[in-house]
Amino acid sequence: MTVTYRAELLPPALVAERPLLSISGVSKRYGAVRALTDVALELYPREVLGVVGESGSGKSTLLRLLNLQEDPDAGSYSLELPAYQGANLFSLGRFAKRELRVQHIGIVYQNPYQGLRMNNTSSGNVAERLVVAGERSFARLRQAARSSLAASEFPLERMDAPPLELSGGMQQRVQLAKAIALQPALLLLDEPTTGLDVSVQALVIDTLRRLRRELGIAMLVVSHDLGVIRTLSDRVVVMRHGRMVEMGLVDQVLEDPQHPYTQQLVHAKL
Amino acid sequence: MTVAQLAQPWQDHSYAFLDESAKRELRRKTLKAIALPGYQVPYASREVPIARGWGTGGLQVTLSLVGPDDVVKVIDQGADDSVNAANLRRFVARMTGVKTTTDALAATLIQSRHRIPEEVLRAEQALILQVPDPEPLREVEPDISVARQMHADADYGLSWLLLYEQLVRYRRIIQGDSYPALVHGRYVMSPSPIPRWDLPKLHHSAHLTLLSAGREKRLYAVPPYTEVRPLEFDDVPYRVEDQRAFACFRTGVRNKFLNELPQGDGSSRYELSDSGYAEKLLRGDLAGPTYFDSEGKFYHDGYLQG
Repeated sequence: MTVTYRAELLPPALVAERPLLSISGVSKRYGAVRALTDVALELYPREVLGVVGESGSGKSTLLRLLNLQEDPDAGSYSLELPAYQGANLFSLGRFAKRELRVQHIGIVYQNPYQGLRMNNTSSGNVAERLVVAGERSFARLRQAARSSLAASEFPLERMDAPPLELSGGMQQRVQLAKAIALQPALLLLDEPTTGLDVSVQALVIDTLRRLRRELGIAMLVVSHDLGVIRTLSDRVVVMRHGRMVEMGLVDQVLEDPQHPYTQQLVHAKL
Repeated sequence: MTVAQLAQPWQDHSYAFLDESAKRELRRKTLKAIALPGYQVPYASREVPIARGWGTGGLQVTLSLVGPDDVVKVIDQGADDSVNAANLRRFVARMTGVKTTTDALAATLIQSRHRIPEEVLRAEQALILQVPDPEPLREVEPDISVARQMHADADYGLSWLLLYEQLVRYRRIIQGDSYPALVHGRYVMSPSPIPRWDLPKLHHSAHLTLLSAGREKRLYAVPPYTEVRPLEFDDVPYRVEDQRAFACFRTGVRNKFLNELPQGDGSSRYELSDSGYAEKLLRGDLAGPTYFDSEGKFYHDGYLQG
């Protein structure tokens, strides 16, 4: 039975839509270290989900797994994309994973050295994604790099400067332009503003909010900075020792934390 | 009858220097390379009495293939008389007793560094190129194990990144040598440091081309009549070096690959890079047809645009 809603009574996205991303039972260990234990979460279209936790809580491992860079010990991962309905993405082959990562997942690393070729031009870094996806026209590559850099508010007169010569904020914008160049379904942000000074941080966050509004990309933001999470995300997951300890709407979790660890975290911050 | 009479006469070296087992291994790897055009076959690169980087890869392939009836030519930067070419030629001749030549058409085995002769090679000839760096993805993927996965997946997109960077920075392709090329629609290879001028000569060539890197221990091949396409953007066609403005000062030939010789007064003279071909012209001998005619037109119609 399908339910029809009156326009003014539209249910929240969490009820009406199918999640874009869902993982369940994800565990990963490195030798004796349990990096993740039984993590399950869902990300809805156009939603921004924050992941907070102290260093070593498994945030970055989670992101690497979601970016299909590593395989978990257990768990399933599905994305609501036409070609990948119902498939467990962790069990795809190397080539299919790469395809998926290039076409549908964008990632911004905390350290631009991880995500960029520092000596290539900035526009070349953005074009790399298209070239890997099969674009073979120089004029179209150029155009796509320009529009993508413009979308991430990068000054276009510097589009052919290598990231090595750019400031930290600009490097993050190049990473962002590269990540959104193919209009991915999912954008992963690993501490996107850590290491930037506060005013630049605010500018980058502004850009992220605008991108989310205009392109409607679902984002997963990993950060240990509760301020960033509060301004960016709709929902938040709190992680500790590789487990999810609390999950809920941002305001709810940060104003009225239930779990003792979250309470500590929020009080430590405020 | 004594054992000494039955045994082979004593020799202080094997024919063609390498042990029989080493030559056998190389021949097997050569066959594999020919069966998989453009695929880099690893091989056990042996010690030879020249230093790594001076053509040990090419020399080993030459030594494994050369038979008593072969005629050998060795080229270094187009010239037969440079130290490296003379050295290698003398070594091969001493170890096998074969005849040597400087005429590209008279040779059955041509070992070369940096150049492919100007005259069109025949079907019975084999060209052996010395390769310093066999990996075309090295510039874009420094991790060799990842690069090998990319070869396995035929995932060559990143190679275009190299061309993109050059077009953005210099407004033209500046890749002067080792220009990556797709062989038989499958593997991208680095055609050793031959200039862009020489790369089209490998396309549907009648002769066999073997490329061997001694230090990197990799062997690959372009079998006869194999498609070789330089990587290019749809809207930026591949171009060979422009030689139209210059003429060889010794022979007066135009539209061949020329070396620039800077003069004391700041001007430049140009001479044919292929010295075997230049000698032939100077002697007035009948030279064979060349890959690029005197108007600079390539012998395969429609292969090169513009």
